[in-house]
Amino acid sequence: MRSADHSDRDDRDTSWNGTRLTVDARGRRCPLPIIELARRIRDIDVGADLQLWADDPAAAHDVPAWCRMRVQELISTRKLPGGGTAYLVRRLS
Amino acid sequence: MRNVPAYLDHASTAVLHPAAREALLAALDDGWADPARLYRDARRARMLLDASRETVAAVLGARPDEVSFTSSGTHAAQLAILGAAGARRRSGTRMLVSAVEHSCVLHAARWHENAGGTVDTVGVDRFGRVDPAGFTPPPGTALASLQHANHEVATIQPVAAVADVLHTAGVPLHVDAAMSAGRIPVDVVALGADLLSASAHKFGGPAGVGILVVRTGRRWRNPLPTDEREGGRAGGFPNVAAIVATAAALHARTIEIADETPRLAGYVERLRTRLPHLVADVELLGDPDPAGRLPHLLTFSCLYVDGEALLGELDRAGIAVSSGSSCTSDALTPSHVLAAMGALTQGNIRVSFGRESDGADVDALLAVLPEAVARVRERAGAVGL
Repeated sequence: MRSADHSDRDDRDTSWNGTRLTVDARGRRCPLPIIELARRIRDIDVGADLQLWADDPAAAHDVPAWCRMRVQELISTRKLPGGGTAYLVRRLS
Repeated sequence: MRNVPAYLDHASTAVLHPAAREALLAALDDGWADPARLYRDARRARMLLDASRETVAAVLGARPDEVSFTSSGTHAAQLAILGAAGARRRSGTRMLVSAVEHSCVLHAARWHENAGGTVDTVGVDRFGRVDPAGFTPPPGTALASLQHANHEVATIQPVAAVADVLHTAGVPLHVDAAMSAGRIPVDVVALGADLLSASAHKFGGPAGVGILVVRTGRRWRNPLPTDEREGGRAGGFPNVAAIVATAAALHARTIEIADETPRLAGYVERLRTRLPHLVADVELLGDPDPAGRLPHLLTFSCLYVDGEALLGELDRAGIAVSSGSSCTSDALTPSHVLAAMGALTQGNIRVSFGRESDGADVDALLAVLPEAVARVRERAGAVGL
């Protein structure tokens, strides 16, 4: 996982261009962003990516932990201009 | 005295030990006078204070004149850290702390930073344990601070190895023994501690007493105005009765823990074995090897669970535990310990046993927890994920 504070470089990161699905969980508190992530990742194919947008501080720890426990992959993160963080997650299983 | 059917939060505070209660009541009558004065009642208070210091020193492997009593464990840790850093200013202003220290240590480190010092944080592995090599001090390091055992996940730190690394470079180590004192043997020489702090209420003493050990020959200067009390290390009139009770509790614990440890470790082992079968998506935290952790504490996290809601469900069932989840903190940030370990922070529960715990407490938790987790998940719409 890359550190979250490389937003300039991440904005040019082509890995973000292929996402079809964005789940906006900003304003929702722990554990709701992770529940949304778990629910919506079933809407994409294995090998595809989704973006989770969250501003809950716990998400920074729980998104990687969820990926580890559920055998999915956190590809990258970046800061969102209006606050919060975007998590790029690939469905592996 | 306890109104909670299953008090499983002994790591927050232990129940007052019967030996401490007895000593406290006796010392309220016998030790009320000012121990600094020169008359019969004052001498008796002084004698009680000195005897308590000798008892505590003997348990910790220290000399009596190395032991001072403060008004809390937090106060003791702050004095240890800021006093050593201040006295070693000419050697440098850098301080090393682990990422999983108790907040009182991190707050003292922040204070040091605000006063112009530098603080380096040493990371931990997934069990919450530091690598001794991480404490190799850069030039200009005044002090390092490391807990004996972690207060949230029970992991015992390689303190003696860290002390070796530091001492090779002439850097002193403060050991926060608040979680370990009265639970496992704590010996300042074996640990290689130059300074050590502990808290009475964590091991069955009364609240309001901290223990500060400053080993002979170590540079230390009180960061606060001093008076003649406690060898100039902790100002103000000492609470003699509470200090007597502290010594009684610590002494009683050293005798008890040999029998108690396997009993409490058995409760923890039972939880570690049963919980993954009873609760889906539960992550047990801390060292799976019993030799690497305190015997009386288990922390786990449940996926898709609101920690505060789960605490509420357990409280309604008469079960008292604590949580490191973000929703249970005022700042809405999760526990820095769980974060440093890369652990799941949601649905986090810390269960800690004590001398009063029995198998029925474990039964109660195992009976209530699975349905409580299921209800909280259902309310959040987290079913079948």
